[in-house]
Amino acid sequence: MTALDLMPSAVRPFLSFPTLLRRNGFAIAPEQTTAFLEAVTLLGPRTVRDIRLAGRALLAPPPERIATYDALFDAHFLGAAIDAVGPPGEADDAIRVQEERSGFDESDLSGEVNEAGEAATGAEVLTTRAFSQADASLPLLRLERELPRRIPLRRGYRVRSARTGPRIDLRRSLRRSIRSDGEVMALFALRRRPRARRVLVLIDVSGSMKERTDTHLRLAHALAQRLPTCEVFTFGTRLTRISRALKLKRREQALATAAGIVSDWDGGTRIGDALQAFLAVPRFAGYARGAIVIVISDGLERGDPAPMQDAVARFARRAWRISWLSPLAIGPGFRPETEALKAVAPLLHDIADASSLEAIVTHILGLSTPRRHHVAIREAHPEGFGGLNERQPTADRERRQP
Amino acid sequence: VAIRASYAGIDGPAAVERAMRQAFYLADDGIATATYLAFALGKPLLLEGAPGVGKTEAAKAVAAVLARRLIRLQCYEGIDASAALYEWNYPRQMLAIRQAGEKAVEIYRDEFLIERPLLEALRNPADAVLLIDEVDRSDHEFEAFLLEFLSDFQISIPERGTLRASERPVVILTSNRTRDLHEALRRRCVYHWIDYPDAERETRIIMLRASSVAERTARAVVKSVGELRRAPLTKPPGIAESVEWAEGATLLNKQGAPWPEAFRRAIGLALKDEEDLRYIAPRIDALIAGAAA
Repeated sequence: MTALDLMPSAVRPFLSFPTLLRRNGFAIAPEQTTAFLEAVTLLGPRTVRDIRLAGRALLAPPPERIATYDALFDAHFLGAAIDAVGPPGEADDAIRVQEERSGFDESDLSGEVNEAGEAATGAEVLTTRAFSQADASLPLLRLERELPRRIPLRRGYRVRSARTGPRIDLRRSLRRSIRSDGEVMALFALRRRPRARRVLVLIDVSGSMKERTDTHLRLAHALAQRLPTCEVFTFGTRLTRISRALKLKRREQALATAAGIVSDWDGGTRIGDALQAFLAVPRFAGYARGAIVIVISDGLERGDPAPMQDAVARFARRAWRISWLSPLAIGPGFRPETEALKAVAPLLHDIADASSLEAIVTHILGLSTPRRHHVAIREAHPEGFGGLNERQPTADRERRQP
Repeated sequence: VAIRASYAGIDGPAAVERAMRQAFYLADDGIATATYLAFALGKPLLLEGAPGVGKTEAAKAVAAVLARRLIRLQCYEGIDASAALYEWNYPRQMLAIRQAGEKAVEIYRDEFLIERPLLEALRNPADAVLLIDEVDRSDHEFEAFLLEFLSDFQISIPERGTLRASERPVVILTSNRTRDLHEALRRRCVYHWIDYPDAERETRIIMLRASSVAERTARAVVKSVGELRRAPLTKPPGIAESVEWAEGATLLNKQGAPWPEAFRRAIGLALKDEEDLRYIAPRIDALIAGAAA
């Protein structure tokens, strides 16, 4: 007996609800729809709350989209008019952390939902952006080709068999010994398999970086395609996670999806606040641990540099290597001019040139070389910094954070 | 898979809620519904939430409700089949080969097989609850393996052939969401996002767990902890931390520390990160005064 037999006429709204969700970017498989119908039948349903909970349990909307799910649910089952599905209003001076939504085209809101006001997202002036359809430029091809063997590695926890190593591969050794009637003639070993370090990219999308954000996102897409654990965030007046959008294979599609999620293009920046907001989400802060952190920003922070300095210090404690790529940092003779960048310089491993894609790619492919401070950092602090950057980090930290 | 409207005497979300309360777990209607549906539909239950919201506790409560033992598999990076499923006892196999001398010996018998949690649950589906804890810590390879295991509850051991569960075991997975789980895994499960409990429920949890704590103290702790969870902390306090903070403060108070002071001195039970303590130090007096009012 299925739910369909039970309620042939009443079943339609339950079947069309998953469709509505799907049209709004929720990924729902047919088997989930079936299970949802079964669940509704099992629960009675005695109340609307039963249906809502059954949907949450079986259609599994991601937690950051629960509000959208509930709004769509109300519109569908209760005929409620909804004003805004976006995040609830917050104080204006707070940086909004914008959780990425699903990996599918969010901007394609159906007419049905626009009626309900799905598109309204609050008071900020938010813009969308179309990306140029430029072909893959040469540096990106080079990045994609060389990244797998140039990316810094860490020791993973999975083991593989090897000729020598600290642990004995009992399974293999025993199997081999059977050939010689249980006499162990050779011992095989296990070694920990190396894994690529996580790369965390933070891209400044404020007005002062306007000319370049397109390039930077294409770079981030190339990284996300090559490195499955890569995490990418954009920041301006908001902090937005776009890692999932960039997992889409086709570049134009991925960039269009990302463009739909990020809503603070070409606005102001509050770098310090954005970085603080990142660290305030424990899940995000975990991404920086033992990772290669790449901040692409001109470091033009207006106002007090203290929050930015504090945030960068906390990043530096977590990260394996932290690079600040600025389009202003041209040539080896570059010296940070702005107060903010001067303040954070001693905390960084590199300040490097981001004036061209070529330069960024060269820097990224060179990440596994020994970390030496940028000339400006060394000159400004000839006596060293005592602590964090003093250690010979590669070998030392490798052991602590395998 | 057969749908069972009543599973082990549990015939609805209300029954789950009642039974879990007897196991000292205060469930809201969301988790009660999800748990009931997982039983009835024979699907695994996936609980996601921030660390410390009581995911593992919920699994323990489910085991208590069904009066089954809990088989726990703690995931970590690099966990593989030999840690999760089975392993041969190589030294004993080796000895058996030696002892047999010239005779033939079967070294892939049960006595040489070491059961790991997944195999144990597969062999005893009717009297165990399988908890796969912190799936998000494992790597993608293991997640794929798990997906296969959870879809038909059968495994193959090359030396022995295929083993299949006689019925679907009750399986609970938890995740702290340190990374996004594969969509297919979410799809296969009954999903529930556990949030921090509301103030009323958390007060009741503290009173239930720590009998020495007065209701006023519990309320004050819940209020301060709520504030702390809104602050930008690396490790926001979970439910266990609230309980301990309330207990610790009560103990200090009994030994003579006056009230606001007792809370402040016991803060180490709620916040366990140096950065967080530094952040909260200048704000703690206002926080406690606000909560006690």
